[in-house]
Amino acid sequence: MRAASALILAGLALAVACLAYLSLGARGDWGFVLMFRGARLVALLTVALAVALSTMVFQTLAANRILTPAIMGFDALFLLGQSLLVFTLSGVGVAALGAYVTFGLETAVMLLAALLLFGTLLRRGQDISRMILTGIVFGILFRSLTQLLNRMIDPNEFTMIQSAAFARFNNVPEGLTWITAGLTVAVGIWLMSKHRQLDVMALGRAASMTLGVDHDRQTRRLLAAVALLVSVSTALVGPIVFFGLLVSALAHGLAGSWRHAVLLPLSALLAGCILVASQTLFERVLHLQTSVAVVIEALGGLVFLAMILRRRKT
Amino acid sequence: MTLGRLAAPAALLLLAGVSIFTGVAALQWGDLWLIGVSRLPRTAAALLAGAALAVAGVIMQMLARNRFVEPSTTGTGQAAGLGIVAITLVAPAAALWVKMAAATVAALLGTALFLALVRRLPRRDPLLVPLTGIVYGGILGAAATFLAYERDLIQYVDIWMNGELSGVMLGRYEFLWAAGALAIAAYLYADRFTIAGMGEDTSRTLGLDYPRIVALGLLIVAGITAVTVVTVGMIPFVGLVVPNMIARLAGENLRRTLPQVAMAGAGLVLACDILGRVIRYPYEIPVGTILGVLGAVVFLWMLNARR
Amino acid sequence: MIETRALSVALSGKPVLADISVALPKGRLTALVGPNGAGKSTLLMTLGRLLEPASGDILIDGRDLRAVPPRELALQLSILRQEGAIGPRLTVRDLVSFGRYPHSHGRLTAADRLEVQRAIDRLDLAGFADRYLDTLSGGQKQRAQIAMVLAQQTDVILLDEPLNNLDLAHARRVMRIAREEADAGRTVIVVLHDLTVAAAYADHVVAMKAGRVAAEGPSEEVISEEVLSRLFETDVSVAEVGGRRVVLTL
Repeated sequence: MRAASALILAGLALAVACLAYLSLGARGDWGFVLMFRGARLVALLTVALAVALSTMVFQTLAANRILTPAIMGFDALFLLGQSLLVFTLSGVGVAALGAYVTFGLETAVMLLAALLLFGTLLRRGQDISRMILTGIVFGILFRSLTQLLNRMIDPNEFTMIQSAAFARFNNVPEGLTWITAGLTVAVGIWLMSKHRQLDVMALGRAASMTLGVDHDRQTRRLLAAVALLVSVSTALVGPIVFFGLLVSALAHGLAGSWRHAVLLPLSALLAGCILVASQTLFERVLHLQTSVAVVIEALGGLVFLAMILRRRKT
Repeated sequence: MTLGRLAAPAALLLLAGVSIFTGVAALQWGDLWLIGVSRLPRTAAALLAGAALAVAGVIMQMLARNRFVEPSTTGTGQAAGLGIVAITLVAPAAALWVKMAAATVAALLGTALFLALVRRLPRRDPLLVPLTGIVYGGILGAAATFLAYERDLIQYVDIWMNGELSGVMLGRYEFLWAAGALAIAAYLYADRFTIAGMGEDTSRTLGLDYPRIVALGLLIVAGITAVTVVTVGMIPFVGLVVPNMIARLAGENLRRTLPQVAMAGAGLVLACDILGRVIRYPYEIPVGTILGVLGAVVFLWMLNARR
Repeated sequence: MIETRALSVALSGKPVLADISVALPKGRLTALVGPNGAGKSTLLMTLGRLLEPASGDILIDGRDLRAVPPRELALQLSILRQEGAIGPRLTVRDLVSFGRYPHSHGRLTAADRLEVQRAIDRLDLAGFADRYLDTLSGGQKQRAQIAMVLAQQTDVILLDEPLNNLDLAHARRVMRIAREEADAGRTVIVVLHDLTVAAAYADHVVAMKAGRVAAEGPSEEVISEEVLSRLFETDVSVAEVGGRRVVLTL
């Protein structure tokens, strides 16, 4: 029953946060306000859903609660793909493709690289510390490579991607909002339909194989879904490293259940709640423009440190 | 043996020569002015920063007793950055040496806190140390970014966090000599750092004042890092790549290897800077970016090769 | 029947099993015995398809193991591993219920729940069925894992040192359950350390040494002074106490 009440409470909190976001400080024509803020709210909720689901699923695949796709360098990988695209096609070429095709190409690069790199890494994964550190250093490598590519690109075209290197929740490219929202919801439904299988996979590779789940194959498919979700969130707001960890730690703490039927929706609701509420707080109440991402990141980073330090000494 | 000993300095000299004659403006006779104002200082800055950072890396590794740490994976550089941002907010007009001092103090506090954290980690899992350090540095960096973002200082944070030598000119880099001096000071205490690397108990058995040597090491590391961050920006992984390379080749008796570490660090940074100047001529790629790529690859190899 | 043909297995490049050809009879209890490091667990894991053989075949009722889809195999074969760390925080009942996953894919029916309860009762876990695993002792956890395997209700049951951490009474209970399962027509294969236990419960014994089969046959033949002394390279005597064979070392 704890799980049900957690879900209901998180849902209510999210509804309140959304209302506050839409109404606080709004002046003038309501239709216009709703249209303008509504689209951004959808984008925020999409990001929250994508981050929450990708984190929960990834943690199940890795059988570990400290790993998240962002910590393993997924976000950085997406940005690298973005720069790679501008580098090979030139800025004009990319601009000519339009937002949808570009996003499609970036996501394709991302899917391929993620499967190649992390498919093998996850299979090998015995030593968690080594795996996390490898992921973090991969992240550093991807970021440095992105910087390198950006410098190789003509400085005039550099401005095109420069803005993407920073997480920003208040300036979402509008063209992508609806298609990414649709994609994310679709992936979410697919994941929810597999929630029982995810419960089994959380037991680990050997245990799920004994129970008849083709772990390797499912891992590949789920990893692809994770990569897709990370592409969505990174394309919309840029890299966010520790938000997912914050959400997953909260969800596990509040749910009191190991069932993905609870964990997946609860983490999504919590993520939406945190994101929309803090955006409302910082933008409308404190009038601090750009710092939501930074604050959420710092909080998540602290959670990460606490988790590492508290980890059982096995 | 003598030949081998001469090879490293000779290679450094050669690199320095190449560095002086590499750049956007083609040199002609009578351009001594350009060499004196820009090329020579730039070359000196690369050599000094590289040598000092490599030495700082070795000392960190001895103090933390872990081969994966260096100023950019222990929050030292980020703490220094946070220090400058803070002092710039409080006293924007302060003299450069004041800012430098603030950065050093911040780096000192930040690194001391990191070492205190490390002592709480289980010894059996050495990878937890850099892991904690990187995230800890990330949090300090986020704090710096947060402060800077709201006060429009973000471009400065970029300059401090991304090492670049293209802005080095006569009159703008001289603080780096202090970093060089600190590296030499480290050499005077080389034996003691080697013993500290064997652990607190061994140090005590050998009659060493362990807390004092740790404090001294921290001071040297923080000073070197702060000076580098303020003058040319953070250059990552020098202190990781070089000491590990030298340790494989020549061991870790610092009395013997510290000069090699310093020379290799100087050579590495200078070589990367030259590479950055020619790779996308006439544009320049910051030395910090090149070392970020190179260092991360070496780090990954270190992590996964030794199995 | 489970048959292996010239099976060899390597772990991270090092050969661990070489040229294993055994025939494990259907509806019988087979014990795998041998000194430490002989490759008993590796053989069991390979039979359970958790390890990939380097060469050779495994046949279940004449059918190549590789040809059986994972889902189908999970209905035919279950395995208790020694490395049983469970990630999520589960209760005993949660864990045992996962044994029904191959049958119901997470939607437990009334029949499933009955089966889960039966497995819990058989392993004397009813008193703490709703406690979390991390609050239990090693022996209690071990029994919970065995209950999960039983709940899977497969024709082939592989148990890797099921008596680890168990006290005298529960060790006996587990061996009796294994015996009952074999008598009910299931093929039970158990890695055992205690040769007296093997002599008392097993129909068929495979003795392994240094990655090879040292002896295979009916229990009476393999559990003999001559075979065992050679196997363990130490003097072993087999005595008859109260109609049972007891294995002693001197």
